[in-house]
Amino acid sequence: MPYLGGEDAVRELRRTLSNPNVQADQLRYRNTILKVIRSMSQGVDVSGLFSEMVKACATVDIVQKKLVYVFLCSYAALNPELSLLVINTLRKDCQDPNPMVRSLALRNMTNLRLPSLVEYVEQPLTAGLRDRAACVRRVAVLGWAKLHNLQPNSEIDASVVNELYSLLRDPDPVVMVNCLRALEEILKEEGGVAINKPITHHLLNRLKECDVWGQCEVLRVLQRYKPQTEDELFDILSLLDASLVSPHPPVMAATFSLFLHLCSRLPAVGQAALERVRGPLLAACGSTSREMRFAALCHIQLLLCSLPGLLGAHYKRFFCGYAEPAYIKQRKMQVLVELVNDENVVMLLDELKGYCTDVNTDTAQAAISAIGRIGRSYSDKCLEILTGLLGLKQDHITSAVVQTMRDLVWVCPQCSDIVCEALEGCEDMLQDSQGRQALLWLLGVYGERVSSAPYTLEVFIDGVRSEASVGVKLELLTTAMRLFLCRPAETQDMLGRLLHFCIEEETDMCVRDLALLYYRLLHCGIEETRKVLQGRRSDPSLGVLIGRPAEPISQWASSFNTLDPLKQVTLETETSSRGSPEHVTFDPKPKNDLSDTLSCSRVDEVHPDSDGVGQFADSSADVPSPLSLSLSPALSPEEFERLWLQGRAVHAERGSEETVEKDIECLVEHVRCPAVPHCSPQSLQAAMQLLNIQTLAFTPPHTLPWRVYLYTHTQHTLSVNSTLILGELLYTGRDKEVKKEEEEEEEKEEGEETTGDKEEEVKVTLQQQPRDKEALRGFLSILTSVLHTLSAEPE
Amino acid sequence: MISQVFILSSKGDHLIYKDFRGEAGSDAVNIFYQKVTALTGDQPPVVMSHKDLHFVHIRQGGLYWVATTTADSSPFTIIEFLNRLTALVKDYCGSLSEKSVQMNFALIYELLDEIVDYGYIQTTSSDVLKNFIQTEAVSSRPFSLFDLSNVGLFGAETQQSKVAPSSAATRPIQSSREQGGKSEIFVDVVERMSVVIGSNGVMMKADIEGEIKVKCYMPSCSEMRIGLNEEFSIGKSQLRGYGSSVRVDECSFHQAVRLDEFDSNRILRLCPSQGEQTVMQYQLSDDLPSAPPFRLFPTIERDSGGRLLMYLKLRCDLPPKSTAINVCACIPVPKGSVSLSQELSSPDQSAELKLQSRAVEWKIPKFTGGTQLSALFKLEVPGLSSASMLEVGPVGLSFELPKVTVTGLQIRFLRLTPVQPGPSQRWVRYVTHSDSYIIRV
Repeated sequence: MPYLGGEDAVRELRRTLSNPNVQADQLRYRNTILKVIRSMSQGVDVSGLFSEMVKACATVDIVQKKLVYVFLCSYAALNPELSLLVINTLRKDCQDPNPMVRSLALRNMTNLRLPSLVEYVEQPLTAGLRDRAACVRRVAVLGWAKLHNLQPNSEIDASVVNELYSLLRDPDPVVMVNCLRALEEILKEEGGVAINKPITHHLLNRLKECDVWGQCEVLRVLQRYKPQTEDELFDILSLLDASLVSPHPPVMAATFSLFLHLCSRLPAVGQAALERVRGPLLAACGSTSREMRFAALCHIQLLLCSLPGLLGAHYKRFFCGYAEPAYIKQRKMQVLVELVNDENVVMLLDELKGYCTDVNTDTAQAAISAIGRIGRSYSDKCLEILTGLLGLKQDHITSAVVQTMRDLVWVCPQCSDIVCEALEGCEDMLQDSQGRQALLWLLGVYGERVSSAPYTLEVFIDGVRSEASVGVKLELLTTAMRLFLCRPAETQDMLGRLLHFCIEEETDMCVRDLALLYYRLLHCGIEETRKVLQGRRSDPSLGVLIGRPAEPISQWASSFNTLDPLKQVTLETETSSRGSPEHVTFDPKPKNDLSDTLSCSRVDEVHPDSDGVGQFADSSADVPSPLSLSLSPALSPEEFERLWLQGRAVHAERGSEETVEKDIECLVEHVRCPAVPHCSPQSLQAAMQLLNIQTLAFTPPHTLPWRVYLYTHTQHTLSVNSTLILGELLYTGRDKEVKKEEEEEEEKEEGEETTGDKEEEVKVTLQQQPRDKEALRGFLSILTSVLHTLSAEPE
Repeated sequence: MISQVFILSSKGDHLIYKDFRGEAGSDAVNIFYQKVTALTGDQPPVVMSHKDLHFVHIRQGGLYWVATTTADSSPFTIIEFLNRLTALVKDYCGSLSEKSVQMNFALIYELLDEIVDYGYIQTTSSDVLKNFIQTEAVSSRPFSLFDLSNVGLFGAETQQSKVAPSSAATRPIQSSREQGGKSEIFVDVVERMSVVIGSNGVMMKADIEGEIKVKCYMPSCSEMRIGLNEEFSIGKSQLRGYGSSVRVDECSFHQAVRLDEFDSNRILRLCPSQGEQTVMQYQLSDDLPSAPPFRLFPTIERDSGGRLLMYLKLRCDLPPKSTAINVCACIPVPKGSVSLSQELSSPDQSAELKLQSRAVEWKIPKFTGGTQLSALFKLEVPGLSSASMLEVGPVGLSFELPKVTVTGLQIRFLRLTPVQPGPSQRWVRYVTHSDSYIIRV
């Protein structure tokens, strides 16, 4: 179609529209109107044709009528006076014998959105509610909602509301659903339509008659209903069971959302519903429509927060298709990371490895950081892949790998050797600031192990003038300082040059201030500097070992089936790869981490809350011996294992309770604390950390035998020498007895807790190196008091 | 609750704009287009927000179909609605394209007017809608010589062709009423494969998503009976003996399907409404009844001149009577590949180095079952290192297998009751597509 300039086209159209010859010819008239609408939807302003179009409205041709109405509804607000002319035609149409014409007129009358016309509209709307034809009633019901929103401050007409409530029993399901919708809008201030028992049951009984859209609407409204008895609740749930596994994703999602609302007090039922909804959600993940797949994936991520093991067996369903868009691939990788377990890890990593060389750099980087996340539990396999990727010598891959390694080393310090080795020579490939920042951080923290670190740093310092990124400059300052502390001879000169440049010539305030800060810090002396700069090298919370705690369903129940899960653009893998603050700040934040873990335990509601933790702190103060515990230097799990086994071997040789050899002290004690093995790992860990005892590995609660490994360093305030204490808490329970009896037995025991049954005791095995009996005794008393406090907490 | 619906072409032209609630201005269209084009990557995320307004869009037929909403609505509902809208537009206009939408804008406005009122979805059933929709579709199908294949001597319609022309199902449904169009019914069994084959040739993952679609061009059709294979079974436990049983893991049906004869005789009964609908969906994982249709035997090495040699043998394991069409193998190659020289086994094949996607595309228009094709690609890659060999693969294969279902699902019979007056035609078509067929190297 040739494009005509706005005004000329409008003039031309007006001439044609008012031409009597055209008006006489039905087809030509309609075609001209079509042209008007076409220009309208292309964005041309054709509002000047309003009066001509009003005339065209009076016709018997329904197609033409519909076209004119499209026009009138778009421009009525600009011509309120002329619109009055249309009302007459519309009101006449409302009397038409043809129900289609009646509904059309009624719908468009209310679509004009003119408050001045309200008085003319009310009468036909009232009549419309009682119309014979369902299609007219559908329109009339919604018409009242439109009318109400036109004059939001007007009084609500009680008779209309009553009429709408009675129309909930209309034989036509769409009229019923529309009534719900209209009442929701009209009674918005009162909290929407009243959902009482008779209405609920009426709606539930008619749910089957509605189409997909109606069902979703009804299910959404029913979320407000509170069943009076448990029996009623279960009646409702069993009625809805069929829609929970509906092949239509909207119905399935709406039903599940309703389930979550109804069962907020019954977590077990919620869990069962989760299992049930798994099948349909997985089916939606394989839908033909990409957008539907995406929505389902985002909601699966929510489900995984609560039941991480839910889809472990279905991991293959989340492998990326090669033609899928990047946003789906990235979500799938996030899901895959959650699904990893001992059986599928090899397959999964193999698959993820394939994505690392994807043409789309975002996908490739997401794949690399996904491998990094898996590396927290399976570090050897993942590091092998990551170091292999460095060989590709491509800047975006190298950058992502270095960032991933930094994140990995922060939580798994045992990987540092391999990482340090891999770092050599990759500085040439790094182009972007994120990657260079990560490299600098690694050089600063593990500088003493990377032989080429000073040379790499020198290249950076020589190029600092042309450096554009503030982040890189800040990181560079910190790295130079840290490296200076461990390799002063090699770095002193370049540190001086860097500080000089940053203080004298740098224009960015942050960089200059930091440089000044470091300069003054150096004046305070090397020991002070060391104290400030050499903090932790790893995440002290060791959240990796226990894994992410399963969130209760209520955490995300309210965002299920809303747009929120689809919107979260700040993906977890992404934030961690984009230089998260914990790596840049100098102060490792044990305090924050601790409060995080504590708040977790508070949500748990079962185990010690903040008061309990307060008590532990007190109890530590009560300990008479002036013993202080500390966590540094940190002990990696591998090292722990080596030391522990070494101690065990010695212990076995002697076969005695207390062993004195090779400077290793062993001690076995039994502590009565029946509740501790059922305690959540978070609260135990939090309690231990308050006293500077590091827990290394856990078995999940309620499993037998239950074990915890922990370590700490003791230091007497009086003596200089410190000792390392390794410990194991073991609770074996009663494995000899038949499982069936176990539960009864447990109940019995709760009754007669006073009998000192040996089975309730937790066996504490401690190893100390070098020997210091006093310190070991002191530590044991601290530990015992912690365990007692933990078990004293009410269940 | 939907505030506005609009359709944009990929270039950002406004094709359709309808405001249902008057909550947001018409500048939303431009805001949306700016947001879509501002993003890098191949496709922007489905949901975007601007102040209080949320945009949910899907892409179909090269167009953006957008719904905006202010309330926190269900994403499933809106996405499903947009999908249904595209399906209806396709039914009514014959095909989905910028051109067909442009030519039929009046019809689409009319549709939208009936489907949604005040932002609430009223009905999307074509049975209901056909009473209300008055505008006739303008067909954009150009004159094509293929259409003449059905026309016999002296222009008389012979009706003897056993195969439906591929364009037969892309016409507007309404023409059947006024223009005296043929009264036809199409039953399509469409399966999508997603397969991963490991470098050792072991099948690591195989998923099949299948559906039976009915496309009905009959003005009145009271009941239809579709008979599936008698030995069709659902679920893992029901596998009986070694017979040629057709098995799927899960299966779901359209709500209009009556299943009273399904358990005994595997018969689906339904009254199809005009237009296209999915009658049954099923899905099978990991346990294919037959060998995967394609195998690849690659040999990849560096020659002395620093070039990358890829010798690929591709075998098609379909039965000899079947043929795969439009086969395209996409082989990712190392970054920095500059040129490609190729030796292909027949002239109808072609291969091309796509620098944009960093891959070699090997196209085979027709591939008969039981045969094997080979190709030798020599790639000039400056600075080829042994590590860059890692970048070769995995190979993605796309193809179409007409007249084949991988699960073995067949339609035994298709009966209409009462028998249609006048000439009517029933077509059953089978096709398997590759959703994602990946062979690791």
